[in-house]
Amino acid sequence: MAYPPAAQSPLARQPSVKVILASADVQRVVDRIAHQILEKTQGAANTVLLGIPTRGAPLARRLAARISTFEDVAVPVGVLDITLYRDDLRRHATRAVGPTQLPTGGIDGRRVILVDDVLFSGRTVRAALDALNDVGRPASVQLAVLVDRGHRELPIRADYVGKNIPTSLAESVKVTLAETDGADEVKLYGGTTTS
Amino acid sequence: MIRHLLSGADLDAATATQILDTAAEMATVAGREVKKLPALRGRTVVNLFYEDSTRTRISFEAAAKRLSADVINFSAKGSSVAKGESLKDTALTLQAMGADAVVVRHPASGAAHRLADWVDGSVVNAGDGTHEHPTQALLDAYTMRARLGRLAGLSVAVVGDVLHSRVARSNVLLLSTLGAKVTLVGPPTLIPRDISPALAPGTAVSYDLDAVLPTSDVVMMLRVQRERMNDSYFPSAREYARRYGLDGPRMRRLPEHAIVMHPGPMNRGMEITPEVADSPRSTIVEQVANGVSVRMAVLYLLLGGNNR
Repeated sequence: MAYPPAAQSPLARQPSVKVILASADVQRVVDRIAHQILEKTQGAANTVLLGIPTRGAPLARRLAARISTFEDVAVPVGVLDITLYRDDLRRHATRAVGPTQLPTGGIDGRRVILVDDVLFSGRTVRAALDALNDVGRPASVQLAVLVDRGHRELPIRADYVGKNIPTSLAESVKVTLAETDGADEVKLYGGTTTS
Repeated sequence: MIRHLLSGADLDAATATQILDTAAEMATVAGREVKKLPALRGRTVVNLFYEDSTRTRISFEAAAKRLSADVINFSAKGSSVAKGESLKDTALTLQAMGADAVVVRHPASGAAHRLADWVDGSVVNAGDGTHEHPTQALLDAYTMRARLGRLAGLSVAVVGDVLHSRVARSNVLLLSTLGAKVTLVGPPTLIPRDISPALAPGTAVSYDLDAVLPTSDVVMMLRVQRERMNDSYFPSAREYARRYGLDGPRMRRLPEHAIVMHPGPMNRGMEITPEVADSPRSTIVEQVANGVSVRMAVLYLLLGGNNR
């Protein structure tokens, strides 16, 4: 009897998918970040949340909603599109430009907290810092992310991290949110496994 | 994404809408303290102008500079063209200098198409003879959408010297793609006879301005192009103004919401009276401001990515 080699078996090629955060976990993590923001900023006074599209924008809105539930402060929320500030524009086909919406009152002299779903190479945050520089002069800038998966290529770190996920470069992290994808979930796709 | 922008017919509805949406984002830059985006850093845009132009050249220059591109302005006057250099040789020179995009205006219809065969970079037609001027059509469409909220179903009257107007030609092509209904109005001698129903579906012709006005959402007045007229197309300027000029009483016959457009430069008193040109319905100054945003969008979409 001859069996095909294991490497060619269809089973061996199936990528492994692991749910890191389920819907309830995502909500708990968002609640914790909201509490941490309140703690670290002494009540989130003079603070603006800016979401980085796509999934940073709904995350920023959720954080603001949770903060207002916990402490009854209204934190202005905005969206900061970073497309035109990316360092890889020329490596891809032209990217569509999204809207940038700054809260009324702007960001000058305020504490800006950038919000994104996954922190990976740090290049998106670098682009966001450049974009911020062109729309105003905040008093300080902080970073909140739902997931930090490591592998930084720039000297950037987050001030608020929902979940640290140690990953290999072959793996990929996918965040889905109810607002953009229909359901809250964080999944780790493991590339190919040989088991 | 398209590589060149040569004609209003190069754009399908999705691409044209993408340009208008991108332009809306670009417009927010004009309101900022730092009116600059880094998207085209290190790219070179050559403005190759064989014809006199104020607003188009300045508009393209401002657009390219706001996107951080390097801009080289070339006008035929005072260059080797005055010594008899051909368009092709000039194009090859620009190519050798590493132009990523060439914005060309030329008195010969089709010059931009020829240029697109000779250079590796993107070519943007900024007006070729009496043929086309697609970025003007885009900024007109942008202005209509900004003022009236939509393009589909709008009734647009394009009035005057349609025959010699590249603005009209590009507008007919683009607006019919985007679902507006265009009516060309002018003396029979200044309306082309070869309007293709395939290229511009729904385009109508009328010789009576007063009949068209009450049902128009947009009236686009065209400049009477004396410099392109080798013939007498109408008896006198006064007669033209009386039949096809837009004055106060005619403007009041328009629906309440209707706007008046003009691509400029205007012949005040000929096709449009100062009362109309300076009225709140006139979008003439807005069109200039929108021109920069639309050209930023075009340059970004042509040059921003790796589209080769």
